[in-house]
Amino acid sequence: MELEKKVLHLIENDARISAKTIAVMLDEDEEKITAIIDKLENEKYILGYNTIINWERMGNDGVTALIDVKVTPEREVGFSRVAERICRFPEVRCVYLMSGTYDLSVTVTGETMQDVARFVSHKLSTLDQVQSTTTHFVLKRYKQDNFVFEEPQEDKRLVVSP
Amino acid sequence: MSSMSSYISGVVQEIPPSGIRKFFDLVTQTEGVISLGVGEPDFVTPWHIREACFYSLEKGYTMYTSNLGLPELREEIAAYEKRKIGVSYSPVEEILVTVGVSEAVDLALRALIEPGDEVLVPEPSYVSYAPGTKLVYGKPVPLLTYDADEYRLRPDILEKAITPRSKVLILPFPNNPTGGIMKAEDLQALVDIIIKNDLIVLSDEIYAELTYEGEHVSIASFPGMRDRTIVFNGFSKAFAMTGWRIGYACGHPDIINAMNKIHQYTIMCAPIMAQMAAIEALRHGEGEMRKMVENYNYRRKLMLNGFRQVGLSCFEPRGAFYCFPSIKNIGMNSEDFCEKLLKEEKVAVVPGNAFGNCGEGYIRCCYAASVANIEEAIERMGHFLARHRKG
Repeated sequence: MELEKKVLHLIENDARISAKTIAVMLDEDEEKITAIIDKLENEKYILGYNTIINWERMGNDGVTALIDVKVTPEREVGFSRVAERICRFPEVRCVYLMSGTYDLSVTVTGETMQDVARFVSHKLSTLDQVQSTTTHFVLKRYKQDNFVFEEPQEDKRLVVSP
Repeated sequence: MSSMSSYISGVVQEIPPSGIRKFFDLVTQTEGVISLGVGEPDFVTPWHIREACFYSLEKGYTMYTSNLGLPELREEIAAYEKRKIGVSYSPVEEILVTVGVSEAVDLALRALIEPGDEVLVPEPSYVSYAPGTKLVYGKPVPLLTYDADEYRLRPDILEKAITPRSKVLILPFPNNPTGGIMKAEDLQALVDIIIKNDLIVLSDEIYAELTYEGEHVSIASFPGMRDRTIVFNGFSKAFAMTGWRIGYACGHPDIINAMNKIHQYTIMCAPIMAQMAAIEALRHGEGEMRKMVENYNYRRKLMLNGFRQVGLSCFEPRGAFYCFPSIKNIGMNSEDFCEKLLKEEKVAVVPGNAFGNCGEGYIRCCYAASVANIEEAIERMGHFLARHRKG
């Protein structure tokens, strides 16, 4: 379990690090590390691997909205059934159950504002359990999943020092 | 322009410029270099420490502090050293906050050395001890350490070098550039010799937190050694604070007081903003520091393994963040090796002889670099070695 956690910490911030490199860093066999990663993937401890892309720089004008959703919970299943239903829409990127003044936080992406508006008015608001929605459009991303968007990442150190 | 060099004092003229300087100029003229030549962390100072500094500026802390340093900082240092090496120092008169350990070592040499006194300096080691000794008209006496001894200082080598003029022994462990450390039993073997010959020890422990096997042990913790040892430490390496220039010395009040005399006339006090940041580092920085150390340890293994794969023999470093592989079987001296490696493969490493003559035949490679850069550098070095071994 300890070893599995160490492996996860290493790949959490660098999904492309090789099993061979991890094995050297942790003093383990490469086969053992490969087996651990396979197991973590198969058992869905590792759900997948994403790439964090600065799409704005590629001239892509897609929009992202964070939607606060108030929901009527249902007997037996609480918020889960409606949350799972919302998850199935491909334009939905994240769904969280929140404490506070609303229940679900839903992140949605689309090509245009109209796409997102259509999704909210046609798909999300029309669900029986949904009482209300408040849509916030993202204007600019500064940091996401540990990566700062505009910061130059160059090494500022002197190239040689004692 | 007419030459002014005849105006420069003899002692300064005599000191050779740092061997690293020449190499630095070469590297900066080359583009696309992967540098393993640095002597500092690749982390930026943790944000909470930087933020504490902004806050102190906002609050208006922009004035002098007492010469010894802020009392709160000295208290934190006393508590830290008690935890770390098990020695108690009075924050009132036994701790001096300085502009990096470099200043503190210079103050100690100036406070202790009479012209002609001998300073015993293990080699290879950091570049400033011998010049610092010469500047106060002392005589640096090299104590060679060897690959085969894992770069520990051997008692017989110490004993043989001692003369009636020997006054100070420098103990720079964990060591830059070798990564060697002194375990408790290694230090124990030196204690009797030190006491018998009435030496003062300057124990430069700046890399103490970067010890990867067992815990760091200070010679100050041995019976009879506390009062004859000055312990030097700082924030540069453990807390990634090199540019803040903040360190300290702990020792007997008579010696600290003498050092403080020089400090008050030359520096006055360490910058207050760096002192404020240092307080934050000691109070709340331990967690992040441990993570950085764990990370160095991963990369230490990666670099060591990589060197062995490409056929560079390398002693396993147990402290600091350097590997010190031998290049003796390549048929080039250290400087040629580094220059050719830079020109042909664009990898910068530091020639071992920059750290004393006995570093000839070795190179210093810093693993405070990204995993990708370490792997790429080792691959390039592999090509280089394959090419030059054949020839």
